[in-house]
Amino acid sequence: MANFFTDNPDLKFHLTHPMMEKIVALKERNFADKDTFDYAPMDFEDAMDSYDKVLEIVGEICGDIIAPNAESVDQEGPKIVNNEVVYAKGTQENLDALVEAGLMGITLPRKYEGLNFPIVPYIMAADIVSRADAGFVNIWGLQDCAETINEFGDEDQKARFLPRISNGETAAMDLTEPDAGSDLQAVQLKASFNEKDGKWYLNGVKRFITNGDGHVALVLARSEEATQDGRGLSMFIYDRNSKAVIVRRLENKMGIKGSPTCELVFKNAPAELVGSRKMGLIKYVMALMNGARLGIGAQSVGISEAAYREGLNYAKERQQFGKAIIKFPAVYELLSTMKAKLDASRTLLYETSRMVDVYKTYMHISEERKLEPQERDEMKRYQKMADYFTPLLKGMTSEYCNQLAYDSLQIHGGSGFMKDYPIERIYRDARITTIYEGTTQLQVVAAIRGVTTGGYLDRIREYEAMELRPELHGFRRTLIGMTEEYVHAAKTVVDVKDNEYVDFHARRLVEMAGHIVMGYLLLLDTQRNEMFKNSTEIYIHMGKAENTSRAEFIHNFTLDDLGVYKLV
Amino acid sequence: MGLKIIVLAKQVPDTRNVGKDAMKADGTVNRAALAAIFNPEDLNALEQALRLKDRYPGSEITILTMGPGRAADIIREGLYRGADKGYLLTDRAFAGSDTLATSYAIACAIRKIKNFDLIVAGRQAIDGDTAQVGPQVAEKLHLPQITYAQEVKSAENGKITVVRRLERGVETVEAPLPCVITVNSSAPDCRPRNAKRVMKYKHAKTVTESQAQSEDYIDLSTDRPYLNIEEWSVNDIETDMKWLGLGGSPTKVKKIENVVFQAKESKRITNNEEELEAMIVELIENHTIG
Repeated sequence: MANFFTDNPDLKFHLTHPMMEKIVALKERNFADKDTFDYAPMDFEDAMDSYDKVLEIVGEICGDIIAPNAESVDQEGPKIVNNEVVYAKGTQENLDALVEAGLMGITLPRKYEGLNFPIVPYIMAADIVSRADAGFVNIWGLQDCAETINEFGDEDQKARFLPRISNGETAAMDLTEPDAGSDLQAVQLKASFNEKDGKWYLNGVKRFITNGDGHVALVLARSEEATQDGRGLSMFIYDRNSKAVIVRRLENKMGIKGSPTCELVFKNAPAELVGSRKMGLIKYVMALMNGARLGIGAQSVGISEAAYREGLNYAKERQQFGKAIIKFPAVYELLSTMKAKLDASRTLLYETSRMVDVYKTYMHISEERKLEPQERDEMKRYQKMADYFTPLLKGMTSEYCNQLAYDSLQIHGGSGFMKDYPIERIYRDARITTIYEGTTQLQVVAAIRGVTTGGYLDRIREYEAMELRPELHGFRRTLIGMTEEYVHAAKTVVDVKDNEYVDFHARRLVEMAGHIVMGYLLLLDTQRNEMFKNSTEIYIHMGKAENTSRAEFIHNFTLDDLGVYKLV
Repeated sequence: MGLKIIVLAKQVPDTRNVGKDAMKADGTVNRAALAAIFNPEDLNALEQALRLKDRYPGSEITILTMGPGRAADIIREGLYRGADKGYLLTDRAFAGSDTLATSYAIACAIRKIKNFDLIVAGRQAIDGDTAQVGPQVAEKLHLPQITYAQEVKSAENGKITVVRRLERGVETVEAPLPCVITVNSSAPDCRPRNAKRVMKYKHAKTVTESQAQSEDYIDLSTDRPYLNIEEWSVNDIETDMKWLGLGGSPTKVKKIENVVFQAKESKRITNNEEELEAMIVELIENHTIG
């Protein structure tokens, strides 16, 4: 009976951000499809109404089917039958419902039978699904792979593979190998070209592959003999109908147990090259990963939402010392801080999604016509910002979702440690988010460029200049102070002119930028709607103290102090 | 071979989620306080129709509903899930109908639709819980009926095979087509709304709705005939006015009491003249009927 979209007004708030008008106009090419497709929107309002209605379907399926199935899926998990993956019963039901509802290929163009939605409503669907069952979103969310085929595949590949995804087939991205995890340059799976039939064949092993038995897989493989680094890797599409890959093993995981994590053996598996040789890692995987990281951002926010709700409900119901435990400062501080982190995560998620929407849509438009110079500049500007914001989002929100799960379980006390309450599962599910699609440490490696090049600062200055009601100016003053402190700390670190020193302090600096960015985003949300005021206040309070502690650490540290840390 | 299927559906107040203002002081349902929803068992019925359509390509599903103007929502809901078209039976003359007057109006509308192989309805609606309209429609149209249906096994060669869910098990029965079946909640849930269909049919309107709306998309219904929801008033169907609405409704509400539900032993009656007679006498004596 629950609807996970309509029961959460925050979602509608983010869906109706003023920038959507621009995004929709770009995505719909001024509503050019309206006479060709009976489900295409007539105008902006019509498009927004469609997103709203479709998200309502997502919310209903999540509330009525996916969330109620989460417990049994966690217990049952997938299994291997005749070298193929069979999902848990609940997983299959979830998938069937979403396929029946036409919720695959959400962002794909209509000519490939997709819904042609922008990233924002797609990510919102992922946010909602993740709240219902974080493990399940991995299977459904792999439709991201189709976006990579849409970007880099040739016309024939798009025409053959994309409608299959739109109509419900699942995907996989086969990157990791036993000796190539964070370091994908070390990938060894061999791709060899057979001159006789003009086809590529794959041989080797992939490990930790989510939904590895999906219908359409993107595979990173070494196509250039005698190479050792990333420049020898290309991207391939493997079609499961070829039946040349064996699922050798399913991992027994701590969390997201419904999502099959496969070890795959490729035995002369026929595959198709995507795009150009040697660009596999350098270009395509990077694009794929950026999309996937946005997806983990959504997953983290969804898990945070679930953790917060579980904690809040428990704290209101649980009576100790004659009153509900939410009445105790130790508990209400936990909960209100959780809510602030949740709201901060979500606003960063949609800000980043909007950036990706603008630049990706321009990119697709540029395949149809030459962009005007000003459009070109805008594309580059948003792409750059998205490149800075994506790792920040993935790093910060996944860490927050773990903190929320931890705190929510803490609120449950001993009961939270038992399998009787959903928080026990949520806690386990949360744990992977800071690890896969690049660990938090690797997100920091990508995000530190936003600090050293001044990328974050530029955006912070833009936020600073935006209009605010007078009663919100105090928050801005605090954020301006935090910005000065951040600039000073960053300069102190960079001025040492030692890369290892920058790497050592990188996480501190990235988090400082993150607190300021999210503080501003919450403040701008409050400008639009009062309901975010408490979270804004609490988050800025917390962020200010956190930043001061980091600045303090940096200012009381020299290059020489690094030495003792290396003795470990 | 495609089937022509009519699904009878009703918009009902959501009595499953009742708040404290669900009832008015006079003991009647406060419809304004309750969300209007697709009667749940009618959704089970629609799913059976959709499964037949999946199985027999070329089949066509028509939703027929009676109610106020906003009951057009029910038809749109049906279109979102896979129905092909719909008729809204709406007129002040239908107001105050009990099950007898309702089934009369619906039977008249079905006679006008004419061409059909199968009529599917939910067993009962959650507002009245009478389970009478489906069977009455069948009687009025002189059609065989199968109640408590859980699964339609097949509908071909002029025959339908249906699994019925009964108190102590299931039975499989066969009937000639056309016929009426009423579907239980033990049948599978209805499939979700489909995103593309929602976007395609969300502008589907009745004439009254199109006139009421001043904004855009006015021309749409001319270019896209599938966006027209047929609206029938009493003048559009052949009826005898005396069987309609309040006047055609023998049900009289004597009084309304707030009662606390108590489980009592149920009484089983076998289908023979004696026991039926005894039940009627008992019901008249305790003023349940009469």
